[in-house]
Amino acid sequence: MSIKILLYIAGRAVKGLLVLLVIAVFNFFLIRAAPGDPAQVMAGEAGATDEVFLQQLREQFGLDQPLYYQLWVYINNMLHFDMGITYRQQMPVFDLIMDRMPATLLLTGAAFVLSLLLGVLAGVVAAAKHRKWPDSAITVAALVFYATPLFWLAMMASLLFSVYLDWLPSFGMQTVGEDFAGWDKVRDIGIHLVLPAATLGLFFTAVYARMTRTSMIETSRLDFVKTAKAKGMKPSRVLYRHVLRNALLPVVTLAGLQAGQLIGGAVLTETVFAWPGIGRLMFDALFQRDYNLLLGVFFISSAMVVLFNLITDVIYCVVDPRIEL
Amino acid sequence: MNIIKTLSQNKVAMVGFAVLVMLILVAVLGPYVYEGTPWKMVQRPFIPPFENSSYLLGTDILGRDVLAGLIYGTRISLLVSFVSTVIALLIGIPLGAYAGYFGGWVDEVLMRFTEIFQTVPSFALAIVLVAIFEPSVYSITGAIALVSWPPVARLVRGEFLRLRNQEYVLAAKLNGQSNRNIILKEILPNSLSPIIVLASLMVATAILLESSLAFLGLGDPEIMSWGYMIGSSRTVIRQAWWLSFIPGVAIAVTVLALNLLGEGLNDALNPKLSGKRES
Amino acid sequence: MTPLLKVENLSIRLPEGADREFAISNVNYDLLPGEILCVVGESGSGKSMTANAIMGLLPATIEVNRGTIIFDGYDLVSLEERRARALRGNRISMIFQEPMTALNPLMRIADQISEVFLIHTDMTSKERETRTLALLEDVGLPDPEKMMRAYPHQLSGGQRQRVMIAMALALEPSVLIADEPTTALDVTTQAQILKLIKDLQKKHNTAVMFITHDFGVVAEIADRVVVMEKGIMVEIGSRDEVLNNPQHSYTQKLIAAVPPLTAPERISHKQSDRTPVLSVNNLYKTFSTGGSWFRKGRVVKAVDNVSFDLYRGETLGLVGESGSGKSTVSRCVVRLLDSDSGEIVLGGSPIQLLKGRDLAPFRKRIQMVFQDPYGSLNPRKTIGQIIADGPIAQGMSPKDAMAKAVELLELVELPAAALDRYPHEFSGGQRQRVGIARALAHDPEVLVADEAISALDVSVQAQILDLIETLKKRLNLAVLFVVHDLRVAAQVCDRVIVMQRGKIVESGNTRQVFVSPNHAYTKSLIASIPGAHWRSGKDAKPPIPQEVVA
Repeated sequence: MSIKILLYIAGRAVKGLLVLLVIAVFNFFLIRAAPGDPAQVMAGEAGATDEVFLQQLREQFGLDQPLYYQLWVYINNMLHFDMGITYRQQMPVFDLIMDRMPATLLLTGAAFVLSLLLGVLAGVVAAAKHRKWPDSAITVAALVFYATPLFWLAMMASLLFSVYLDWLPSFGMQTVGEDFAGWDKVRDIGIHLVLPAATLGLFFTAVYARMTRTSMIETSRLDFVKTAKAKGMKPSRVLYRHVLRNALLPVVTLAGLQAGQLIGGAVLTETVFAWPGIGRLMFDALFQRDYNLLLGVFFISSAMVVLFNLITDVIYCVVDPRIEL
Repeated sequence: MNIIKTLSQNKVAMVGFAVLVMLILVAVLGPYVYEGTPWKMVQRPFIPPFENSSYLLGTDILGRDVLAGLIYGTRISLLVSFVSTVIALLIGIPLGAYAGYFGGWVDEVLMRFTEIFQTVPSFALAIVLVAIFEPSVYSITGAIALVSWPPVARLVRGEFLRLRNQEYVLAAKLNGQSNRNIILKEILPNSLSPIIVLASLMVATAILLESSLAFLGLGDPEIMSWGYMIGSSRTVIRQAWWLSFIPGVAIAVTVLALNLLGEGLNDALNPKLSGKRES
Repeated sequence: MTPLLKVENLSIRLPEGADREFAISNVNYDLLPGEILCVVGESGSGKSMTANAIMGLLPATIEVNRGTIIFDGYDLVSLEERRARALRGNRISMIFQEPMTALNPLMRIADQISEVFLIHTDMTSKERETRTLALLEDVGLPDPEKMMRAYPHQLSGGQRQRVMIAMALALEPSVLIADEPTTALDVTTQAQILKLIKDLQKKHNTAVMFITHDFGVVAEIADRVVVMEKGIMVEIGSRDEVLNNPQHSYTQKLIAAVPPLTAPERISHKQSDRTPVLSVNNLYKTFSTGGSWFRKGRVVKAVDNVSFDLYRGETLGLVGESGSGKSTVSRCVVRLLDSDSGEIVLGGSPIQLLKGRDLAPFRKRIQMVFQDPYGSLNPRKTIGQIIADGPIAQGMSPKDAMAKAVELLELVELPAAALDRYPHEFSGGQRQRVGIARALAHDPEVLVADEAISALDVSVQAQILDLIETLKKRLNLAVLFVVHDLRVAAQVCDRVIVMQRGKIVESGNTRQVFVSPNHAYTKSLIASIPGAHWRSGKDAKPPIPQEVVA
């Protein structure tokens, strides 16, 4: 059994790696498709005038060699986590991204957990009170949040809670100038996390709530629910013991698929709240036209999604006994 | 037809529909009412809304007319989102149809391909594409289309997988009908309803994507858009919150209207969830 | 005897927009202790409504309009929900039609059964486990210890129905409601489940309300019978009264439509001096499922060395249970599926390898009538288009094809006005007529009927069978009749082939196979037919009532 699971995971991992390989190749050709000299494209706005740096890039990526050789060099570099150097920060792209990774993981992780818990809860309540006022209220709220642009919501939230009410910080991950340690530091980061995580999470809360509600209602029409009712079970217990678990399966699938969107959303939230993660890094790279860094962030965030999907797959086959390994 | 009747009885969907029609009218007729360009500085900056009767919604940081910007923004939002959705459908439908209908290795290859696109974080991909190909209406529309088609392909594939073994399709095979005929005349018409519903939701998502790109500075520099209006007034949010507030409301209302219409279509076309069950 | 359950003047209203106002109106019957009461009717007769009302399982849009259901001094219609729940699954329990979907796919069997104890008793978990194990043994499940830990998908349909029965009888209820519990099962499994229900019913002296559409099942197990037609109870009486001397015309019509089990004597064709129109030689077909990079999938031999000949003017029956491969054979023969090896010879030409353009001319010579009257017609095409499409694809001009469609409608006894209407405007039987017309539009030599009547009500079945028989004679068709219902096979087939797990186990003249089967499997199949003793003596085919064609 456990060997089967390992084999399954291995199979999935191989698939994920293949996806990443394709993305790497895609990145490679994208740089070449961009207008202008690839070295200048890679170097970014700031580095494009530094002839020494450009030469260094040309050598590192073999830019004066034939295309297939360049591809080989590129893939080989990627395999060694070598994505080149950013001119402005004078740092390897990979290190820079990894430096920012924890902040993004914290933000997206918090938003993910928050939205999943809140969304599923709201969806369950709405389904349990189908066609009554809590259902309508939740449905309307979900619709509104589903329609609201994330970045705008983030701005309005910071306007309200930071500027007017002054309850929460609207900027960065830690208080500037303070050097907290231990629990104080955790608390400080926590306070800074509230607004970004909440605004990023709200959109996905809406997504999960709608999905859970639909799934619950559909599941509650299945035959085995009738069986449970015929046992003389209380409706609330039927909902909890029989409907919920079955209804959550599609939500798990969706949650995995949404991982990519969560990272996309992080670009916007991190930009608004100056959260020092890879999303913010992406925005900076855009600003400085540092395409090598941009593609690096893109690649790493894709890798995160692959990993996320792998985790979802594993969770799925643990939750659903019908999945044959 | 029946569907239109059912839909017209759904008040919420009709509200969405009405708002959408109004927005389309604004997009089409707006430029005739507000001649010239929304980029023109017309007055002193930072006039709040409802203060100056000729600039109803006030002016922005550079003294440009907010209402004019809003009207021109409607155009670009609707144009980009509709066109990108159509392109996404044109990619997704044939791909999904072939994969679902032929199955086997065709399906395997096409679905692996789709999976890659689905794995890649779509917004990040859109950013990369627009950035590298320089922001323009074309690159934005193309990028949005390129990140939006995978769900279409998956949906259509699912429908085709379900319908290809329906007995009327088998009967068409026994009739000696060509695959092309079977796909176009037997299966596709019967899988249209979920595609229509998905398309209406895709337009909504595309509007959000377009505005997000513009917010990050990846809008067409020639064209005024809602996302750009919010992005450019981000730094002055403390002084003039309405400059970011108003276009945001416009986006939310548009997307909401589309979602309501989509929900209504879903209820009318797929009565499974609408609660009216046969006994 | 005082009745256990008393249904009095019960009327249940349907939501607005339904085809009639009341699902059932003014229904009265009693359920006596220890009896099996069969409630019989065709689809739409409202036969399950009362049962659902008893169990409080009516959909929210449907409510009891009038009347009472008295059980143990309580009126279940007006009883407080909390107290009604205490009865459900405890004193009154129910099993359903679809064993494949009636169990929670994510819960182990033991947990689903012991839930009943959890709800209604204060047993300890140890007691619950012991009782559950005992129940699984009682219902005759193999390896009960292992069954406890199994998930529903690991069980067969029959096994799942046994689990349902164990669950329903867990607290030895005084009333068991069985809603078509064997309809979705194969005939041999059905026989076992019927026997199990009857045995357990005797053992615990349970009163059983058994809802069914099948008079064979009624003959097998009923003590008394209630007949429902369009929401109205038209007849009630003891089994023998109702079956052998039905009073109401509807009951008479239903019973007349049940094919007797004895195959009529048929003029045997001299096959030796004729060439078959279709020959199948050593056909093989395997399916592999669920393979991936790291493991091999399961391989199922769906068709395993099958050979037969089919002559014009005869009906050859292909009988067997689900998974026997009979449908796969039919689909290989019409070339919807590619066979692995073997030969399919149509009118002298091997067609098993032909593709595309080469196959097209043979397509029209062998046509198929499908099972599902709802899924076999494209809902977005008119009847005229559906019938004319084939000839048009084969090169006929649209005008001629439409003219032909009109002729064909007449042939299948549908009005020409049907031409411009859509499938949803027609009943199941009428749609099946359209399906036949579509197949005949090619003037085929061979007609393959794949369970063509299984989805129809028994009275409609009889009409369609009659139509196929008439057409066969008139057009000198060769008919390959794939069918699981042995009663039907006995009536319409000249010869039968019995299949089991992809192999032919027996073949021969229908009457001979039914009277003196050779193979053990054939014997068990025939022995499993419910109500075999009933009406077996009557050779004469009863008159077939005409369906009113709208």
